[in-house]
Amino acid sequence: MSEERFPISVTVNGEPHRLDVPARLSLADLLREGLRLTGTHLGCEHGACGACTVLVDGASARACLMLAVQADGRSITTVEGLERAGRLHPLQQALSERHGLQCGFCTPGVLMTLVELLDASPSPDEAEIRMALAGHHCRCTGYQGMVDAALSLSGGG
Amino acid sequence: MKPAAFCYHAPRSLPEALAILEQHPEARPLAGGQSLMPQLNARQVTAPHLLDLNRLDGLDGIEEAEGCLRIGAMVRQAALLRSPLLRRHLPVLVEAAVLVGHVATRNRGTLGGSLCQLDPWAELPLVATLLDAELELAAPSGTRRLAFRDFAQGPGRNALRPGELLTHARFPIPAAGTRQAFVEIADRPNDPAEAAAAVSLRLGAAGEVTSAALAVCGPFPMARRLPEGEAMLLGWRPGADPRPLVSGMPLPDAADDDRAAMVRVALRRALERAMA
Repeated sequence: MSEERFPISVTVNGEPHRLDVPARLSLADLLREGLRLTGTHLGCEHGACGACTVLVDGASARACLMLAVQADGRSITTVEGLERAGRLHPLQQALSERHGLQCGFCTPGVLMTLVELLDASPSPDEAEIRMALAGHHCRCTGYQGMVDAALSLSGGG
Repeated sequence: MKPAAFCYHAPRSLPEALAILEQHPEARPLAGGQSLMPQLNARQVTAPHLLDLNRLDGLDGIEEAEGCLRIGAMVRQAALLRSPLLRRHLPVLVEAAVLVGHVATRNRGTLGGSLCQLDPWAELPLVATLLDAELELAAPSGTRRLAFRDFAQGPGRNALRPGELLTHARFPIPAAGTRQAFVEIADRPNDPAEAAAAVSLRLGAAGEVTSAALAVCGPFPMARRLPEGEAMLLGWRPGADPRPLVSGMPLPDAADDDRAAMVRVALRRALERAMA
């Protein structure tokens, strides 16, 4: 017996998609397996590690805790949507320059959280940056580089 | 795919949601999904029917009503932080909401979900306990109101009857001059609280405490009020050292002594902050 599928319209990184998805498919699995956008990483799959964080209508969300069917009518931004015309997003550039990533597993989620933070308050201080990063586990423990990268862009600097 | 297969329902209106629940009383309501989705992913919970409340209209407002702030069950925790009404009338709820999860989980997680989930360390049920919040529970036959203290029955256990949905919570707006504070102790900021305390103190003309509410959570099955402690605070004056009072307050039986000690520290800090 085949599982019931639900039609959804979802915009991912500016590109509209019409898809039929089973109800229990997570947004993370839709992105990775359905759309082959494997930049969104899956770590714990219960919302603790933050690796799968994407933006849903500009607000960060754990893609492992959202159903694909719930993305109907929404606009999703993943790490693949950050670069413009082949150029890295300023935060990607800053993370690279400030050694804000080691193995890179947590980086896509970290980027989405920091993009949201800098969009909401362009001049966050170190405490605000650390509070935002508290929702991400970096097992290389590279937090200092991430904080430096975000601080380098704080205030437009 | 992680969860076991389920029938998915995404009603647009409350009557439609209640009709589905009447037909499938075993359906699990899905609010923000920040507690239920992990359980479904791990198959700790299986639900033959999932009732997704995220498309429902009318449960995401915050308004003043009858001396209360009436907050829709689907109001996101992030929206609590942004609400001018809450900041003006109920800053203690904002103080608590800042400490719930992380930015990404607050963007999805809801007030109603947290009040129904009743995690022992959860901040929002602690405030509902402190302020004697009242809940609106809707059923096809009509809506009943229930005090939060009667709703909260234990960790993960609430008094919803089959077919009922939590639609709104009413938090009393404190009288002018009331001092409130929320303090929690956690390993890292925004980790689950080891211990937390919330206080609400009303002061008389001479600055003395004329009524007090104290609520704590952490090493207990759920948030508790401290009636003996509340009585001990009557007549207390700002500036007086809270330590002797707090160390003499009877606490409910705690799961562990160290965390009971943390509860006293959280209580002392909350009293100091409220009176600062």
